[in-house]
Amino acid sequence: MILAENLSKTYGTQTVLNIDNLEIPKGQSFGLVGNNGAGKTTLFSLLLDLIEPTSGKITNQGVEVRTSEAWKPFTSAFIDESFLIGYLTPEEYFYFIGELRGQSRADVDALLANFEDFFHGEILAQKKYLRDLSKGNQKKVGIVASLIGSPEVVILDEPFANLDPTTQIRLKKVIKELADQREVTVLVSSHDLIHVTEVCERIVVLQKGEVVRDIKTTPETLRELEDFFENQLA
Amino acid sequence: MFRHFIRLQWKSFVRSASFKTEIWFKILMALGAIYFLLVFLSLGVGSYFIIEKAGLGDPLRVVNRFMIYYLAFDLYLRYMLQKMPVMNIRPLLYLPFKKSEVVRYSLGKTLLSFFNISHAFFFIPFSIVLLVKGYPVLSVLGWHLACFALIFANNFLNILINNVDRIFYPLILVLALLGVAQYYGWFDVTAYTAPVFDLFYDQPWTALLPWVLLVVAAVSAFRYFKKHLYLDAGLSTKQEVGRTEDYTWLNRFGNMGTFLKNDIKLIKRNKRSRTTVLVSFLFLFYGFFFFTGSVEAYDNPAMQVFAGIFVSGGFLFTFGQYVPSWDSAYYPLMMSQNIRYREYLNSKWWLIVIATLVSTVLAVFYLYFGWKAYLAIIVGAIYNLGINSYLVLWGGAYIKTPIDLGSNKKAFGDKQAFNGKTLLLILPKLLLPILVYLLGDWLWNETAGYLLVALFGILGFSFKDRVFQLIEKIYKKEKYKTLLAYKQKGA
Repeated sequence: MILAENLSKTYGTQTVLNIDNLEIPKGQSFGLVGNNGAGKTTLFSLLLDLIEPTSGKITNQGVEVRTSEAWKPFTSAFIDESFLIGYLTPEEYFYFIGELRGQSRADVDALLANFEDFFHGEILAQKKYLRDLSKGNQKKVGIVASLIGSPEVVILDEPFANLDPTTQIRLKKVIKELADQREVTVLVSSHDLIHVTEVCERIVVLQKGEVVRDIKTTPETLRELEDFFENQLA
Repeated sequence: MFRHFIRLQWKSFVRSASFKTEIWFKILMALGAIYFLLVFLSLGVGSYFIIEKAGLGDPLRVVNRFMIYYLAFDLYLRYMLQKMPVMNIRPLLYLPFKKSEVVRYSLGKTLLSFFNISHAFFFIPFSIVLLVKGYPVLSVLGWHLACFALIFANNFLNILINNVDRIFYPLILVLALLGVAQYYGWFDVTAYTAPVFDLFYDQPWTALLPWVLLVVAAVSAFRYFKKHLYLDAGLSTKQEVGRTEDYTWLNRFGNMGTFLKNDIKLIKRNKRSRTTVLVSFLFLFYGFFFFTGSVEAYDNPAMQVFAGIFVSGGFLFTFGQYVPSWDSAYYPLMMSQNIRYREYLNSKWWLIVIATLVSTVLAVFYLYFGWKAYLAIIVGAIYNLGINSYLVLWGGAYIKTPIDLGSNKKAFGDKQAFNGKTLLLILPKLLLPILVYLLGDWLWNETAGYLLVALFGILGFSFKDRVFQLIEKIYKKEKYKTLLAYKQKGA
């Protein structure tokens, strides 16, 4: 379970995140939507202890992320390209992450075999370093790397952006499979309302750092979200 | 049109992060620049007299003899380090500029580069000394202008052959072989090239020839560039062929091996880190100033301890001071993975240790200057291993400059490397060993001084754990600040 209490982040006079109470039960597939600057990445960064909260705290399966590092073994994430090591080949990168997460080469290879489809023949054995891959292919590598070592909490920031349509569809399948394992909590943020309603059982809308909607996904959810964001224009 | 270019250039200059710095640091930088200016000037003026004193013959003829190597080395340095002007013109392509204007501007910009200007510090004072010494004005002028043209021709030549390794490496290889052949007296290429340079002096009108060469080189660079002004041609960035490497022999080191593998790839596959290795190699030769007796102020054992620290510690200083910044590009990944700082630090430390040992072995040629010279280097190496290797990592913990692995920008120093804390740490790194030596020398004798420095180094080993704990604490305490600082790319 992930729990954010009185969590806020302020830069100068600007409050970018302010959450009284947010509880994400274990095994939930959780979607985060909101316009640019709504605080999605801020929330994920706080959860990964990459930035310091101005007030409040966030706990991950009972571990307060700021004071202990015990959350690291069961949590993994792909936020942006700063999670990739540009001078490694995809294989080297996977093995490196594998070694950090206590996985043998064979374990990693077995996992990668499941993603042959997802990689579409553009990732493995390409004789390219990560820095020379296209944005979309880099994203594929980052997403798959975040699944190494059977993490219990997987955090993906904007996983659908930059992916081609075929890969988007495959990614949805991957996330759904992950969400079906009841012990894995998946956190996904997205600008794409259709995708996020398809893969997440719960959707939270952030606006200017505050939770403005907290919806259990139903067939009507997409309509509801579209209405919400349309009204933002006015 | 040109007005726009100039304005862009000006903005990129004044808005660059290196300009926004504290006033005291600007003063320090200015002082440093003046110091190097004076050193180069004195070299330019002094080289005449040094050659004369060495009794090698007419200094001008001697310079001419080695000119071919000088030019080759210049070309080599340019090829390795000079940045091509293509990087900033991509956004200009689709704007209403004529292509020829864009090309002329970017080629023109290279003329003002450090790689051209720096030669003036040798050639101008040297020519002035020649004139003062009563060499005929017209001849000196012809020679001077010829050299001037050759240097600039190198500038354009480098642009032409840039990134064409198959021309460049054979060229350098041939010249290197010629150098070796000359050293062993098999074949003296300078016998054929020196007369060419002499000709510019003996027949000043021939100085026109290099100018013709310069014009040809400039025009062909212009044509080449204009023709290749496409994103997928001249403006494309070169992609290396990626090779997956295992280094399974490092597995025996456990988790530290994981990092060691990564660090080796880091050094091997990135331009910036390769330059660092090259620079640390050059440190090996720093000792010449001290052991050849060419600089009087350096000609004493205390300064030679100082030299020993530098000769063996090139990699230690150039690489070590930027730990953990080498991993800045993916620091968020490192911070969200289950990483033990101890193993991370240990891996970097071992790299430094290995490099220091290799440098010490390579420096064996200093034996030529007597066993005491090499002893000073060994002592320096022990001190480096035992004390400086931690201190440099400690200092690095305070430096929060993101490193762009793909470019050589700031490869030769960075303002942030000089904050108060790191300056304080320089004292034990460089001054303490000298003081320790002087103490030993004062109490007993020279050898005792050396041994005392070595003893300090050996004692230093026992502090490794303490210092690593300290560094870990700093890493943890400064984590958020470091992450934030690394996020500001290109700063």
